[in-house]
Amino acid sequence: MIEKNLPAIIPLLFLFASLIIPLIGVWKKNFAYPIAALTALASALLSLYGFVFVILTGPINYYFGGWIPPLGIEYVYDYLSSFVVLVINFVALFVIAYSFQPVEKELPRKQTAYYSVVMLLLTGFNGMIITGDLFNLYVFIEISSLASYALIGVGDKKAPFAAFKYLIIGTIGASFYLLGIGYIYFMSGTLNMNDLYNILPLMSDSPTIIVALILIVVGLGIKMAIFPMHGWLPDSYTHAPSSSSALIAPIGTKVGAYAMIRLLFFVFGLEFFSQELAVSDLIAIFSSAGIIFGSVLAIAQKEMKRMLAYSSVAQIGYIGLGIGLANPFGFIGAVLHLLNHALMKATLFMVAGSIIMKEGHSDIFKFDDTYRKKYPRTMAAFTVAALSMVGLPPLAGFFSKWYLALGTIENSSWLFLAVILISSLLNAVYFFRILEKVYMKSPDELTTKEKVKRNEIQFSMLMPIVVLAIGLIVLGILNFIIVEHIYKMMPEGML
Amino acid sequence: MNLFDFIAGHYDYWFIIILLAIGLYGMTVKKNLVKKLIGMTIFQAAVILFYISSAIKADATVPIIMENLSVDNPANYINPLPHALMLTAIVVGVATVGVAFALLILIYKNYKTLDENELLELMK
Repeated sequence: MIEKNLPAIIPLLFLFASLIIPLIGVWKKNFAYPIAALTALASALLSLYGFVFVILTGPINYYFGGWIPPLGIEYVYDYLSSFVVLVINFVALFVIAYSFQPVEKELPRKQTAYYSVVMLLLTGFNGMIITGDLFNLYVFIEISSLASYALIGVGDKKAPFAAFKYLIIGTIGASFYLLGIGYIYFMSGTLNMNDLYNILPLMSDSPTIIVALILIVVGLGIKMAIFPMHGWLPDSYTHAPSSSSALIAPIGTKVGAYAMIRLLFFVFGLEFFSQELAVSDLIAIFSSAGIIFGSVLAIAQKEMKRMLAYSSVAQIGYIGLGIGLANPFGFIGAVLHLLNHALMKATLFMVAGSIIMKEGHSDIFKFDDTYRKKYPRTMAAFTVAALSMVGLPPLAGFFSKWYLALGTIENSSWLFLAVILISSLLNAVYFFRILEKVYMKSPDELTTKEKVKRNEIQFSMLMPIVVLAIGLIVLGILNFIIVEHIYKMMPEGML
Repeated sequence: MNLFDFIAGHYDYWFIIILLAIGLYGMTVKKNLVKKLIGMTIFQAAVILFYISSAIKADATVPIIMENLSVDNPANYINPLPHALMLTAIVVGVATVGVAFALLILIYKNYKTLDENELLELMK
């Protein structure tokens, strides 16, 4: 029974937790964290169960209130959405496990509200992934965006202004998306994604549908932070509390990317957006401009969280490039990078948060060789994640870039291949800046001759970082299993 | 269809386009954050009006079953779905404005100004 209702249970579980936390929080303040952590654990296990179930028996469709689509709202738990739900919920579980001490330190006496909003954020993300209805997707986009404005706004002194900018830009994006689905609805009379996939080819030469496609790509592009629309991202991630940025940075833009993949490949159809209209080329060009732009600006940053934020702009470009290539290898690269980057960015932002907590700053120029004595395990995890970002085999990050490169070769777009190779070098530059400061000094020129005491971060913060870093190695080695599974996610007729 | 009919026949859409433009102008050009927020609400209202005006049919009535009007012909009733969708969108808009005002209060507490240029100056 449970698997039939699984698509509805996961978002509703988070919604229920977000309502119950403030109610219980009035009575006992300390219950907020355990409830949030237990909910995250439960949904991570449920999504694992659902993932295995979908592999074994095929997709699950859930009809809300028993109304059969296209009239009713449908929740779809297929190969692609079950995979992304699994990734999002496990990363969220680790970040929530990590966030107990940072939240206590950075947001004292606000835990109840914080965890309630975190649960609301995850409601929005899970709903965005699972829903099979265009308007429902808009509602979940707004739920997750409102929650992320709040989570960013509670940061340092500059955070409310960053969050306000994000709010204005994010609302423009969501409104463009809403206008786009309005065009589609008035042309086709349906909002169900599967239904539209069959109807839209009949009217693909209508200018209304073309405008709708462009509005939707722009709207979701803002949520995803593709290059010219990334303006909100660096400030938001820099000034947010470190637990918020560790939660939003790895999964927020990924869910936007997923929505883009879902709409382009499974609503408009491959042929429409890649051959009849050159939207896919535009996405690829802007994404590769974003890869170079983000990497170069990341090199110029002095602060670690800001550097990671610009690196996010670059990395989301890889996913955009994979979408824009619109061939099987590009699709594999995009989906694989969605997984890998979620893990890498979560690890890196959690390391940055830990260093801010211990040292009170994350200024890259103040990093020195004492860090490898003080935080040996944290720095080891950072090194693994950084090398994975650069793309060193056998770490996970190598394989997504590998498939993207294969995709560019298949399209014979040599410019994009050059962009991937150059950006790997740029990635190496901005990560090795830190690694060089921490590791590359011979013992006789150490800055502090006297013994530095080991001052490792607490276990509850260290454990998620180390587990995710080990996960990067495991995923890299086992990537062929995942790639085989991604073949099943592709829309029909893509191969 | 000549040009005059094209313009006069779509007058509600022209109105919506003007509203969208005013909203975008307010959000991007105005320096005061409250004015930006007003621009945002105008923008959202324009999208809502777009849906509502598209649901209208000539000589149709509200979608409630009437005894002297046959149910078989959908042309007798206007489309109720856009209204239902826009009720949700209005709720979303209200929530967005609420969060935005909360942020504005925080900004004002921290910096004692809501002018974008002054804020950027103070943040350096």
